[in-house]
Amino acid sequence: MDVLGNYKSAISARSTDRDITKKSQDGGIITTLFAYALEEGIIDGAIVAGPGDEPWKPEPMVATTKAELLAAAGTRYNISPNLYLIKEATRSYGLDRVGIVGVPCQIQAVRKAQLYPIGLRDVDDKIALALGIYCMENLSYQALEAIVEDHCNQKMESVKKMDIGKGKFTVYTERGAVSQMPLKLIHKYVQPGCNVCLDYVANLADISSGSVGSPDGWSTVFVRSMKGNAVWDGAMAAGLFETKPMDQVKPGLDLVKKLATEKITKNQKNVDARKTVGLKADGTPKGLRNPYESP
Amino acid sequence: MAEKISIGELHLSGCTGCLVTLADNYEGLFKLLDDYADLVYALTLVDVRHVPEMDVCLVEGSCCLNDKISVEELKEAREKSKVLVAYGACAAYGNITRFCRGGQWNQPGHEAFVPISEVVDVDLYIPSCPPCPQQVRNVAVMAYLLLRGNDEQKNLATAYLTPLMQLAQRGNEACGCDLMYDVINQGLCMGCGTCAGTCPVRAITMEYGKPNVNRDQCIKCGACYAQCPRSWFNFDVMNNYEGIMDAIKGAMQ
Ligand SMILES: Cc1cc2nc3c(=O)[nH]c(=O)nc-3n(C[C@H](O)[C@H](O)[C@H](O)COP(=O)(O)OP(=O)(O)OC[C@H]3O[C@@H](n4cnc5c(N)ncnc54)[C@H](O)[C@@H]3O)c2cc1C
Ligand code: SF4
Ligand code: SF4
Ligand code: SF4
Repeated sequence: MDVLGNYKSAISARSTDRDITKKSQDGGIITTLFAYALEEGIIDGAIVAGPGDEPWKPEPMVATTKAELLAAAGTRYNISPNLYLIKEATRSYGLDRVGIVGVPCQIQAVRKAQLYPIGLRDVDDKIALALGIYCMENLSYQALEAIVEDHCNQKMESVKKMDIGKGKFTVYTERGAVSQMPLKLIHKYVQPGCNVCLDYVANLADISSGSVGSPDGWSTVFVRSMKGNAVWDGAMAAGLFETKPMDQVKPGLDLVKKLATEKITKNQKNVDARKTVGLKADGTPKGLRNPYESP
Repeated sequence: MAEKISIGELHLSGCTGCLVTLADNYEGLFKLLDDYADLVYALTLVDVRHVPEMDVCLVEGSCCLNDKISVEELKEAREKSKVLVAYGACAAYGNITRFCRGGQWNQPGHEAFVPISEVVDVDLYIPSCPPCPQQVRNVAVMAYLLLRGNDEQKNLATAYLTPLMQLAQRGNEACGCDLMYDVINQGLCMGCGTCAGTCPVRAITMEYGKPNVNRDQCIKCGACYAQCPRSWFNFDVMNNYEGIMDAIKGAMQ
């Protein structure tokens, strides 16, 4: 499979809803699509990364209104275990049509849950819309704290927005300060589990989106599945997005492809290197598990 | 439609939850029985006393080594079936019966409960307590394609069933600790939360994005580990999720 996965169309897009773009990370694609799907009854709730008990710590939540979706808009660059609620959403919340957003590995988990519902009873056909967000790597909360407070010299609670782009990690504070650090200094903070991830643009989502490839405030969108296609067409017909053809925006799809290739090549090397990570007492190589080969 | 396959359920020391799970497919079960599989052996559902020849045998429950009949029937089922499945957590991993100490009404001597792979070779595992109706349905459809399908269908079924067969090779112990040993300690966990969402007894909580297992609460059902996308992930199958789901849905219509 191509590093960008299967897709039916790639578009540069931005929400026409200013309430959403004020709060969203990029073009407001995810929040707009979920709000539309709620309105149309395509989903009756969505699992999103809501606000947690500490500043910038996400807490998975089930959103059933646009207000709740807005409260969860924007990116928190640390782990939000959204799949944690997947069975709960169909039980305590009683949803029959569940939406879920996730980074690529989380969308992989969604598809595994559907094809191999081992412990997730009655969930497979209730997943109505899986939206993916691009992801190079993720951080633990403590790692994000170190980056923001030690490297960028800002207090977590004073930060208004965090963003990654053009090789930099940037924090914007409530009082207008902007602090940056080079992205390459972040690598030591990345959660180790990300080093074996072979997906950058959420290849298995119904629709996936990220900022890379499109101008500031816009998003690059891949419409991937039949279901994704139907939802995207519906949202377009309802006038929810302004769009530009991907080949007319800068930096364009080439950059997405370049970053995806870099991530996958590097991580495939990591997967291979795990085979011989240590030595047994007799001098033979002692490997780590390869999750793509067998349990 | 090609000739049906034959499926049986051998009931050992289980709670009948696995058998009920089969029925939890509702009209799906009728569809399976109408078009794909004859149920040739099953407690209360089929009036057959002795273990017959069958294509697929689902074994429910662990095997009490002190119960001669169980041991014999399990061995007989192994001999008479092409594919033997540890159906549910008790058969695969012992599950809650690992904690049994015997002494129960009318069979006080039954106290040595072991996963069935300690007695016979097992081909395939369907973990979890109870297992999921949709998982056993998928295995039944795939077993049909494997045994009766054309070459393309055989390949798909083999690819689909392989990880469940590898789980059977992996061993007969699994609990929340496996997440620690084989995922977290191996630097593979990325904090998706699937394990916590999966656990039937809510023994797992997510702390700062990573699972924490309450080991006293864990019943050793193996669901969390088998469901974790970092315990195994077969790209060839998952990348075709849309086609495969449509195929299964189509088969059940
Ligand atoms: C760890 C991480 C790394 C990323 N790396 C890249 C990258 O390298 N390149 C790129 O182009 N884009 C990256 N993104 C995606 C990007 O930041 C935006 O999330 C995406 O463009 C969606 O923006 P939006 O305006 O369409 O969505 P919004 O309308 O802002 O909605 C975003 C949705 O994502 C959910 N969400 C927020 N944080 C998380 C989280 N940590 N885990 C799961 N869900 C969450 C929110 O609840 C919300 O529903 C990354 C995101 C994350 C979480
Ligand atoms: S890099 Fe991969 S493993 Fe890490 S959070 Fe992103 S998608 Fe998940
Ligand atoms: S932690 Fe939960 S899911 Fe995992 S084996 Fe124990 S009981 Fe089963
Ligand atoms: S399911 Fe696996 S990868 Fe996901 S949080 Fe649990 S242990 Fe980590």
